[in-house]
Amino acid sequence: MKELSLHILDIVQNSIKAGAKNIEIIINESTADNLMTIEINDNGSGMSKEFLKKVKDPFVTTRTTRKMGMGISLFEAAAVQCGGGLDIESELGVGTKVKASFELMSIDRAPLGDMAETMMTIISGSPEPEYLYRHTKDGKVFELDTVQLKEILGDVPLDMPEVLSWITGYIKEGLAELNI
Amino acid sequence: MKSLAELQAIREKMLNQVNLRKDREDGIRVVVGMATCGIAAGARPVLNAFMSEIEKKNLANVTVTQTGCIGMCRLEPIVEVYMPGEEKVTYVKMTEDKVARIVTEHIINQKPVNEFTIGAAE
Repeated sequence: MKELSLHILDIVQNSIKAGAKNIEIIINESTADNLMTIEINDNGSGMSKEFLKKVKDPFVTTRTTRKMGMGISLFEAAAVQCGGGLDIESELGVGTKVKASFELMSIDRAPLGDMAETMMTIISGSPEPEYLYRHTKDGKVFELDTVQLKEILGDVPLDMPEVLSWITGYIKEGLAELNI
Repeated sequence: MKSLAELQAIREKMLNQVNLRKDREDGIRVVVGMATCGIAAGARPVLNAFMSEIEKKNLANVTVTQTGCIGMCRLEPIVEVYMPGEEKVTYVKMTEDKVARIVTEHIINQKPVNEFTIGAAE
């Protein structure tokens, strides 16, 4: 995948399929530490210890169309190729945490890409869970919390086109303030 | 600058028309495959192009939804169009550039764009 934001879109689909009600996407960029981290935390069904052990193997999947699942393996490869790595913690009935780290300035690090489009795509595809997207860069923070948006919107659904356009614009402008 | 106050204004404007788009009997559905294979092949910009084209042309009876892996990963991005009373049409190897034609010719004028369909690709 060309962008880290595409991996995020892909990994969040796992959280949604695991029935998560709350999904957090936490991105941290620190120039001083030359470090970027991406965390995706959910309170979905979680994985058994046995499944967790083999989940990074591309020949492991929960889907039924074929016996391969590339999502986690590709995300790990994107991290490893620029001096980072990927950790997964998971507990059945509690949820899953996926944390990838990247050397921020590495020439082999894929660009973050379009996070506004990724969030809009996630929310339009599955508006039911609550999403918290927090992006920190060198101490400055941008945050989008669907709990807050739903409070403002009341009966108007999150996946109305006008609302989705607003979300895309809000994220684009918020990240631009952080020079992202 | 986009603000939460602006979202409040959208809410007030939308409140009167909330039920317009949801679950209409005569609704047209555009379904985009968004599993790992689709995403890696470029499904996200295709999905977003459909959403903005449909919003731009104000097509209230069209919904854009997502699905998982359709099982033909080498032909991704795959988009299925369901028109009421018609067989579904499957478009393969989709790009953003193809979206405007599908919206105008197929969704509005009801003539599928044959050259982009799975029949033409296989």
